[in-house]
Amino acid sequence: MSDLLRFATAGSVDDGKSTLIGRLLFDSKTLFNDQLESVEGVSRRRGDEYTNLALLTDGLKAEREQGITIDVAYRYFATPKRKFIIADTPGHVQYTRNMVTGASTANAALIIVDVRNGVSEQSRRHAFLATLLGVPHIVVCVNKMDLVDYSEEEYEKVRRDFSDFATRLNIQDLTFVPVSALKGDNVVNSSENMPWYDGAPLLSQLEQLFVASDRNMQDVRFPVQYVIRPQTSNGMDYRGYAGTVSSGVMKPGDPVLVLPSGFETKIKAIDSADGELDEAYPPMSVTVRLEDDIDISRGDMICRPQNTPETTQDIDARICWMDEKQPLNEGHKYAIKQTTRWARAIVKDVMYRVDINSLHRDESVNELKLNEIGRVKLRTTQPFFTDPYVQNPETGSFILVDESTNRTVAAGMIGTPKHGY
Amino acid sequence: MREVAAEMQRPCLLFSGGKDSLVMLELARKAFAPARIPFPVMHVDTGLNFPEVIAFRDAKIAELGAELIVASVPDAIERGLVKEPPGGSRNQIQTPVLLEAAEKHGFDAMFGGARRDEEKARAKERVFSFRDEFSQWDPKSQRPEIWSLYNGRVFPGESIRVFPLSNWTELDIWTYIAEANVAVPDLYYAKEREVVDRDGMLFAVNDFITLKDGEKSEVRSVRYRTMGDANLTAAVPSTADTVEKVVEEIEKVRLTERGATRGDDKVSEAAMEERKRVGYF
Repeated sequence: MSDLLRFATAGSVDDGKSTLIGRLLFDSKTLFNDQLESVEGVSRRRGDEYTNLALLTDGLKAEREQGITIDVAYRYFATPKRKFIIADTPGHVQYTRNMVTGASTANAALIIVDVRNGVSEQSRRHAFLATLLGVPHIVVCVNKMDLVDYSEEEYEKVRRDFSDFATRLNIQDLTFVPVSALKGDNVVNSSENMPWYDGAPLLSQLEQLFVASDRNMQDVRFPVQYVIRPQTSNGMDYRGYAGTVSSGVMKPGDPVLVLPSGFETKIKAIDSADGELDEAYPPMSVTVRLEDDIDISRGDMICRPQNTPETTQDIDARICWMDEKQPLNEGHKYAIKQTTRWARAIVKDVMYRVDINSLHRDESVNELKLNEIGRVKLRTTQPFFTDPYVQNPETGSFILVDESTNRTVAAGMIGTPKHGY
Repeated sequence: MREVAAEMQRPCLLFSGGKDSLVMLELARKAFAPARIPFPVMHVDTGLNFPEVIAFRDAKIAELGAELIVASVPDAIERGLVKEPPGGSRNQIQTPVLLEAAEKHGFDAMFGGARRDEEKARAKERVFSFRDEFSQWDPKSQRPEIWSLYNGRVFPGESIRVFPLSNWTELDIWTYIAEANVAVPDLYYAKEREVVDRDGMLFAVNDFITLKDGEKSEVRSVRYRTMGDANLTAAVPSTADTVEKVVEEIEKVRLTERGATRGDDKVSEAAMEERKRVGYF
């Protein structure tokens, strides 16, 4: 299979996000005829003069007309070079939650800015959230260039403003593209209207983003998901620990340490349904057999003896609160899930809330409401095996679940990143 | 699949005999090998399936040593649970049959092979999709899914529909079928078949589709892209008679799978969404 890039889009409806996605699908010829016909039909009925590409990110549109808010919609397209999954996060009031959800699995964030309005509060929030989630690549699409006569000066102004703000964040890879989603400039095809721009059009950039190194191949972390122990009458003796390799590379013969027991042994074999493997790395799903018969269950962690995650019941994390019904309060208890382990957690301290427009910390708060981001201290009923989120998103992330409703109410990232927010 | 088997009390895998279900079965086999698949497989049988598909289902289940539960729509019609609708589509009445069987067996998680690329209502689905005690889907109040931390916690009576293939496309399915050597019914491969053109859709003439007055059949090389009820599923013109040729064809195809072949989804713009709201997949 060709390789895959997952990207999250951000930008309010007016910035032309829907049109840009529509243009990407349309110009890359990944649209299906029946989808196009349906959009043409709706455009005609609405009296639009041209086929309204924004309607392609439909489903959503229809839902909005019915007053339904959907957090994230996923769209798919492919070019000969790469497959793409777009996490399309609608620009609603709720977008912090949406953006966090979309960005949690994204390799890249696409931030759309209307060149006439410049860098808005929303653009800053989107950049902040993408950074918070550790999205490695940020591509800023400076849109509606046709409405400013394709002016290099106007584009440069946006680029400078955004870059200034970005220096306050810890952005690894930031690129800019001047586009007109409506007219198709620099989306899939290079624009003749902007000879001053010497970069590639958006799609080529997305095709070329380097994602292979985004995975942590150093620290072996294998959370045990399921113990496979077939019960057969013919005396088969098989005990395998199944799961997904979170990070690192495992090979048969490697010494390993199992948490929480601390027991050391060696990897006897790594199995797949089609036979034994020479090695396993993220995100492979495999079954590991060990030299010694030790008691291991779901939620335990296999790692290397000299390279272990922190074992702790005290978690210091930044969280995004996602529940519209109840705020997060100091003293409240929640169910917590990190890797394959569930326990309960009490909120010891809400240390501060980050104002995501000004990046200012408010230390006077003791609750977090819907879409707010803050730093909290949790105490858990059982030890967790954690790494800082910046080093290892797989072992550095968790969710909180409200036990009275079973709803997922928070996304958490362990540790504090370098820029301090 | 392992996450569901580990966290849920009583999961089951919904199986229709189509390509997506067969890929699901293959993934389930791989997830738990060398042990058997630790949950039953359930088929909501409308009684209108292609006989080839039913034969294929039975052979596959026997090969895997899995447990098969058949929830029969004709049987439910006979018992008076549902009424045969006019027009020949048993889609609507599948839902009560599915829900009755799920309740009888106490399933708190059901795997489905649905993909978000199939239909716009499905594009909004979660991988772990919560259903209330009436099995209703409420698109307004879905659980956020962040990273790969799935929340399968439910109270008694509630359940989770699980869609492991959410992010796959039709091309992904066929690429996987080719790479992993998954056997699928011959109907998926092109062959000369006797077909009738009905409103622009090609239906194979068989026990379920008979010629109406004034209709003429012709022999054409066709294959199926989906396996729905035999009385409603249309074939597409194709010469792709091997899995490699099918992959090649899907790479170039200009119509969505459902747009090309399913009469039943065209009832209204939101047909699928409405069916899902009341408990269908």
